[in-house]
Order: sequence, then C-alpha cells, then structure tokens
Amino acid sequence: MIEQTIFYILAAVALAGTLLAITEKHPVHAIMYLVTSLFSMAVIFYLLMAPLVAVFEVILYAGAIMVLFLFVIMMLDLGHPEKGISPHWKEWLPALLLSGISITSLAAIIVSRHATVSVCPAAQPIREVARRLFQEHGMAVELVSLQLLFALVGALYLGKAPSPPTTLPEKEVVKSPGEGVTL
Amino acid sequence: MIVPLEQILILAGLLFFIGMGGLLAWRANLIMMLVCIEIMLNAVMLVFVAGSAQWGDPDGQLFAIFIMALTSAEVSLALAMVVYLHRRRKTVNTDLFSEMRG
Repeated sequence: MIEQTIFYILAAVALAGTLLAITEKHPVHAIMYLVTSLFSMAVIFYLLMAPLVAVFEVILYAGAIMVLFLFVIMMLDLGHPEKGISPHWKEWLPALLLSGISITSLAAIIVSRHATVSVCPAAQPIREVARRLFQEHGMAVELVSLQLLFALVGALYLGKAPSPPTTLPEKEVVKSPGEGVTL
Repeated sequence: MIVPLEQILILAGLLFFIGMGGLLAWRANLIMMLVCIEIMLNAVMLVFVAGSAQWGDPDGQLFAIFIMALTSAEVSLALAMVVYLHRRRKTVNTDLFSEMRG
C-alpha cells in the first residue's frame, strides 16, 4: 500500500531531522534540520486527513516560528558554534538515560497491548471543522486571540529600548547648550 | 487510517522523548531549549491529529490548531525575553541568569 510506504519514509525523515537538529552544534543548521522535520510532519498530517493542520504547520511552524528563531539568532549573532554553548559529552548522559528509560517503557506498553482494529472513518471536510471551531469552541477562539494580544504587548514591553538615557540629555541641552558641550 | 494508531503513537513518543533529551542536554543554551520545546509540542500535536483521524472527530484537529496558536504566542514572548537578556549580559548562557534581584 503506497500511503503506508510514504508514511514510513516521512517518519524516518522526521526522526532523522529531529535527531540531527538536537545534536548539531551550529544553531542555524539545527533550525534547518528542524524545518525539514516539520515539512515531513506536515505531509504526515495531510495523510491523517487533516489538511488544515498540515497547511498551518507549513505556514506557522516552518514559515513563521522557525524564521523568528533564525531572525533572533542572526540579530544577536549567536551562530558561532566555536564560542557558543554546546553541551559536553557528559551532559548527554542524563538525557540519554531518561530518554532510554522512557522509550523502553513506551515500547513495553505498546508490545504488551493488542493491536487496535484500524477503522476508516469518513474524512471531515474543512466546512465541518470550521463550524465546530466557531460554533462550539467560540470562547476558546476568543481566549486565544486575547492571549496573542497579551503576547504582543509583552513582546513590545520586553523589546523596547531602555528609556532613561534617551530623555535626560535633551533637557540639559535645551537648558544650557554651552555647558553641555563643555561637559 | 493509513497505519494503525500504535505506530503513530510510537512516532510521536519517539519525537517527544528526543525533544525531552535535547532539552536536558542543551540546558545551558536558551535558544536550543526553546527549539527542543517546539519539538515536544509538535509531537503532542501529532497525537491529537492521530486521535482525530482514528475516531472521526474534528476536535483533535481543533486542539492541534489551538496548540499552534499558543506556541506562536509563547515563542514570541520567549524570544523577546532572549533579546532582553542578551541586551543585559551579552550572552544566552542560562547559568549566568541564576540570580534574582529584589
């Protein structure tokens, strides 16, 4: 079955991209690997009969959030792996231990259960999804928009330049320009 | 469903645990910590969409879209805070931000 084959290929690409992203020392390369992984995840979403989520994954995740990361990395000039902070190999040990235990327990749970029957429900059209979103979850939409507004205000507040040095010298210049030059 | 639900859950679990291990390993670098949180949230979205496709209910897709909106707000605030911290100390090393004032 061709969809199954496509799913396995995409899953392999997503796992490989994510693994390379977290082991890469260069932040810009890590973001690029993660974008590859996100694109394959978007096609997996499309195979799972969710075209809206797939499109938003490409537009929002790979298009907006990852570009925001790239923008901050380039603006702050953090793309130097030689002077950046990359983990020593000893710092990988607890991470590997925790991930190994978690993955082993996941595999034990999956193996001990019987496989579920793979029913094939009808795909939901986008019209139905939109009706469910705006008629039954309208309050959630309003809360999300409110939260985006708060995030905008918070980002503006955190990102504005420090104000005290910009206001004080102007008054001195207006009062006594001659002394300002000598000082 | 193209594949059984278990295999999608295995993929999502592997992605989540890779992100969790990366978060532990990169705990000194603020940017890579945020990237690993993105990986974990993406795995959670995959679980929601897989459940939506398994049971034929669009609520899973709606939760995935909500997660995406919340993630964009979180990332914009977190990156603004990274810029703010970098302006104060000229670094993104989290070990240097271990003190509080006041």
